[in-house]
Amino acid sequence: MFIRQETIEKNAILMLVLTLICISVGGIVEIIPTFTIETTIEKVQGVRPYTPLELMGRNIYVREGCYLCHSQQIRALKDEVERYGHYSLAAESMYDHPFQWGSKRIGPDLARVGGKYSNDWHYAHLINPQSLVPESLMPKYAFLAETPLETGLIVNHLRTSRIVGVPYSEDAIANASKDLLAQADAAADGDALLKRYPRAVQVAGKPGEPTELDALVAYLQVLGSMADLAGATPAKLKQ
Amino acid sequence: MSEATMDGFAAASAPAVPRAVVYNEVIVKKFVIAAMFWAVVAFLVGTVLALQLAWPAFNLGFSFTNFGRLRPVHTSAAIFAFGGSALFATSFYVVQRTCRARLFGGEALHNFIFWGYQLFIVMAALSYVMGFSRGQEYSEPEWHLTIFLVIVWVAYAIVFIGTVLMREEEHIYVANWFYMAFILTVAVLVLVNNVAVPISIYSAKGYTVYSGVQNALIQWWYGHNAVGFFLTAAFLGMMYYFVPKQAGRPIYSYRLSVVHFWSLVFMYIWAGPHHLHYTALPDWAQTLGMVFSIILWMPSWGGMINGLMTLSGAWDKLRTDPALRFSVTAVGFYGMSTFEGPVMSIRSVNALSHYTDWTIGHVHSGALGWVAFICFGAIYYLVPILWKRSGLYSIKLVSWHFWIATLGIVLYITSMWVAGIMQGLMWRAYDQFGFLQYSFSESVNAVHPYYVIRALGGVAFVSGALIMVYNLIMTVCSSTTERRDSAVAGG
Amino acid sequence: MPTKIEKDVFSGRDTTGHEWDGLKELNTPLPKWWVYTFAATVVWGAAFCVLYPSVPSLRGHFDGVFGYSTRESVTADVKALEAQRAKVLERVNATPIEQVRKDPQLMAVATTAGRIAFANNCQPCHGASGEGRPGYPTLASDSWIWGGKLADIQQTITFGVRNAHPDARASVMPKFGADGILKPDEVGAVADYVMTLYGKAQPGPATAKGAAIFAENCVACHGEKGEGKREVGGPSLKSAVHLYGDTRDAVIAQVTNPRQGVMPNWNTRLDAGTIKSLALYVHALGGGE
Ligand code: HEC
Ligand code: HEC
Ligand code: HEC
Ligand code: HEM
Ligand code: HEM
Ligand SMILES: [Ca+2]
Ligand SMILES: [Ca+2]
Ligand SMILES: [Cu+2]
Repeated sequence: MFIRQETIEKNAILMLVLTLICISVGGIVEIIPTFTIETTIEKVQGVRPYTPLELMGRNIYVREGCYLCHSQQIRALKDEVERYGHYSLAAESMYDHPFQWGSKRIGPDLARVGGKYSNDWHYAHLINPQSLVPESLMPKYAFLAETPLETGLIVNHLRTSRIVGVPYSEDAIANASKDLLAQADAAADGDALLKRYPRAVQVAGKPGEPTELDALVAYLQVLGSMADLAGATPAKLKQ
Repeated sequence: MSEATMDGFAAASAPAVPRAVVYNEVIVKKFVIAAMFWAVVAFLVGTVLALQLAWPAFNLGFSFTNFGRLRPVHTSAAIFAFGGSALFATSFYVVQRTCRARLFGGEALHNFIFWGYQLFIVMAALSYVMGFSRGQEYSEPEWHLTIFLVIVWVAYAIVFIGTVLMREEEHIYVANWFYMAFILTVAVLVLVNNVAVPISIYSAKGYTVYSGVQNALIQWWYGHNAVGFFLTAAFLGMMYYFVPKQAGRPIYSYRLSVVHFWSLVFMYIWAGPHHLHYTALPDWAQTLGMVFSIILWMPSWGGMINGLMTLSGAWDKLRTDPALRFSVTAVGFYGMSTFEGPVMSIRSVNALSHYTDWTIGHVHSGALGWVAFICFGAIYYLVPILWKRSGLYSIKLVSWHFWIATLGIVLYITSMWVAGIMQGLMWRAYDQFGFLQYSFSESVNAVHPYYVIRALGGVAFVSGALIMVYNLIMTVCSSTTERRDSAVAGG
Repeated sequence: MPTKIEKDVFSGRDTTGHEWDGLKELNTPLPKWWVYTFAATVVWGAAFCVLYPSVPSLRGHFDGVFGYSTRESVTADVKALEAQRAKVLERVNATPIEQVRKDPQLMAVATTAGRIAFANNCQPCHGASGEGRPGYPTLASDSWIWGGKLADIQQTITFGVRNAHPDARASVMPKFGADGILKPDEVGAVADYVMTLYGKAQPGPATAKGAAIFAENCVACHGEKGEGKREVGGPSLKSAVHLYGDTRDAVIAQVTNPRQGVMPNWNTRLDAGTIKSLALYVHALGGGE
């Protein structure tokens, strides 16, 4: 088992192999069990895949780097729970590819921002944050309101999500485009959408011509509102 | 051989060797130029970010100039473009000399590595500003760029390891242990962290195969070890060559090299969960992350001890050689940030520091103090050798650079400590009745002055870098520096 | 290359005998303090792993001797905090809201609680001191859409306005222009009339047409003279404070396509004591009745 350094440092391949062994142990011990221990992801009701519009909004969130200023992870600390709501559960991000927990709070946590403000407020805020919050450091995202949402590949988005483990049904995939347009139009009939995706929020886009901003607002409005946390005790949530 | 002959430039021609090897320095030169170019870009963009946080009007209202899109440009330009190019340059320089072998592979392969890597960086930066990002820190390039990077990296591994295998020295020098660990581990990290399924082969967009908590753990396993192997191990490799060279002294302790190398390589991997304290990552993993971070303290300090103690007997050189001052100060900052890191890994400390500017202060004491300074030291040493000059154009300017950059770092990290600790305390402050005391926006207002100070620090740091670039250009171009031959070992 | 162990003159240590490009290494033993500190961190780490949840298997993990859990711990912390606040909030909760206002001690508690809840939840819409924003009414003046009594304010905060909650305050101004109820020239005429209410124009023959349209379409919500009707949430058109501005264009925009602003219901996010405190705080901002 014991190999002398003298030997190792005369043999590059041996050194590389031993280095590889050394760097593998920690990763294996820490990462593999999070896939195999069942309690890692808590059993809570309500977490569903994103609607097509929310998913596209989420991609805009990712692309614009909102995670560089906003966390989406309420830590199990009393001040965070008071300020932002129930601490985040693993189950709440189980369909998030990629996760957007963040590592910096230049702006507040967004894990439960869904429903905290009105759609109108989000539109106005994203277009010009300083008009509502003068001290805000947030950039203006007015350009999102002018950019039509790219929807041509929406079916690919859902199908690929399914490949990586998000349980979209055939029905959901077949209706992706319809659902997307319905959610982006506040006046549209949202029954079918809401049946497939409970708690989805319809936003006020121009009918038939959703913008990137519409998608982003739809995404923000669902954040943290899916999981049914009533009666969730630490014992039930033990990982 | 006397101590004196180990000194600086003289060393290259000191030992009598059986066979002269002609080293490939063209590729080293290219990477040195790239490193200096990207240094200026990275520091400038960093300063723009700092200005944006001090005054959001600096976002300019365009999609491609806003903070969220520029920040990955800064981190990638700083770590991968500047740091990476400096590592390519020094590793290729060091491996040839310490193995007494010409760089493995042909001109074409070397050029592929150089241009391939530069192309990767340019494509990555352009993709961020145009609105493509995987949304994971330090790992933002989408899938097609990642594949390209992996190909370049394999070429790098072949050239570096090939050179080690062709070596004329029986033993592998300690710098190369670190460079090899870096090359190997970064490959493993990127391969595991970046697995994604594209939505179409014609689209840049892909979905990462991991989600939620596992995605978070793998990302920070990656992120922490990008720090551990890219920003630490690799630069330790650099340190192990340039500090003893510049000091003209033997490495303080071979035994320490051995023990701290293996313990560092083993322990670093475990520490990732310290980025996820109190989150939905299960407690058991958080405990392991914290424990290993603290055990990592001494293995990290092994490098600092070896760096600083190598100077014993040569401290007087600090007065005459400002380039050495950079290298030594770098080792000091390295020691500081690898002490601060374990402290921040303690769960209760992290409760305060996480999400705040304290982390940003920690990052930049490592990034500016350690990474950038060790590069500056090495590059000041290398340029006269590579371009065959008798010395630098101006030693005085090196001194100016040193003090201005040091001032920049001090402004940066002290302001971020104050801002970070203030944010952390404000967010958790309760009044006499037990109600939260401050709103989030009050904390945003409170940090404004510190963001201004940090921006000043940035301006100072960029100014220093521009002085360096001027000095190096003059070293190469001006007639006041004599030509000198050094590309042949044992010549 | 032959290995040749040398003695370093300065430190008196031996070298390892190897040399690379002129670089040598001393064979200095590990610094004692380094070894001891390293060992101490390892021992501490092992102990910590025994005490706290740590080593995993494929099915579970070691729970640690202390049985510690961050989730148990934060739940206990929040409970303790609530208990601390209950001491002061209990009396606020138990006292009728009008009475709280008259009790300086209870008011001190309520405004402290209200201030921070306002800053964290309401400020983004209503402004730091309740001064309002376009579309978000001022809470610091005596013009009220839904009423400025404590009970009115409490009700508005609890259930919000025009959101999905069944008890939300709801009154919806018709889209007179967009839905073709009024023709564009009629919209213009009624706007001219509204300008007289705003005191920006004199009533006269020119505004008679608008006055008639107003009488027919608007009084139900905004009152005979535009004084507002709180029962239906029709804002006063006479007060100096406006939701959307006091220009003719703003009125035309509103009559054509009313904004129908939404305020969330806070009963799902904030507890009753906090909402009560908020009502008292808002009442005290300057406009309370
Ligand atoms: C440079 C930093 C920065 C970036 C980038 C940024 N924000 Fe913000 N954000 C802030 C700050 C600071 C605040 C707090 C002040 C305010 O409300 O504007 C904030 C507030 C918010 C809020 C209100 C949260 C609350 O609970 O009050 C939302 C929602 C939001 N941001 C969404 C976004 C989205 C979506 C993006 C990306 C498209 C984004 N932000 C990008 C800094 C940023
Ligand atoms: C998303 C934005 C938003 C937020 C957040 C918000 N409000 Fe409102 N609020 C509104 C709007 C819009 C109205 C006016 C509704 C209308 O047109 O009748 C309103 C009306 C009110 C009124 C009635 C004013 C009147 O003149 O009768 C009160 C009182 C009030 N808000 C208090 C609060 C308090 C307290 C909070 C925080 C707990 C809060 N609001 C948070 C949007 C908001
Ligand atoms: C069914 C009730 C209703 C009727 C009828 C109605 N309104 Fe309104 N009006 C409202 C409400 C509720 C608001 C609050 C604003 C909002 O968010 O839409 C309002 C707001 C306004 C405002 C903006 C006030 C401000 O402070 O900026 C104007 C101007 C106005 N109405 C004019 C009219 C005119 C003119 C008519 C008739 C043509 C009319 N309204 C008919 C309910 C009504
Ligand atoms: C023993 C060594 C070190 C340890 C244990 C350590 C620990 C930590 C901790 C606890 C954090 C904060 C995580 C959080 O709260 O989000 C952090 C962040 C960071 N550290 Fe270190 N650190 C060490 C050395 C270094 C060095 C030498 C650098 C070099 C530049 C560095 C670069 C970073 C970076 C870039 C981050 C930010 C990660 C992010 O984006 O959130 N660290 N480190
Ligand atoms: C002029 C010099 C520099 C300035 C002004 C600067 C400024 C900044 C700013 C403003 C941020 C964003 C902080 C935030 O989000 O709150 C940042 C992030 C970062 N910078 Fe720099 N920077 C500089 C140099 C460097 C260098 C040389 C490196 C690396 C070698 C570096 C690595 C990073 C990293 C890793 C982050 C992300 C930190 C995190 O997420 O925790 N920076 N920098
Ligand atoms: Ca970060
Ligand atoms: Ca009012
Ligand atoms: Cu780390």
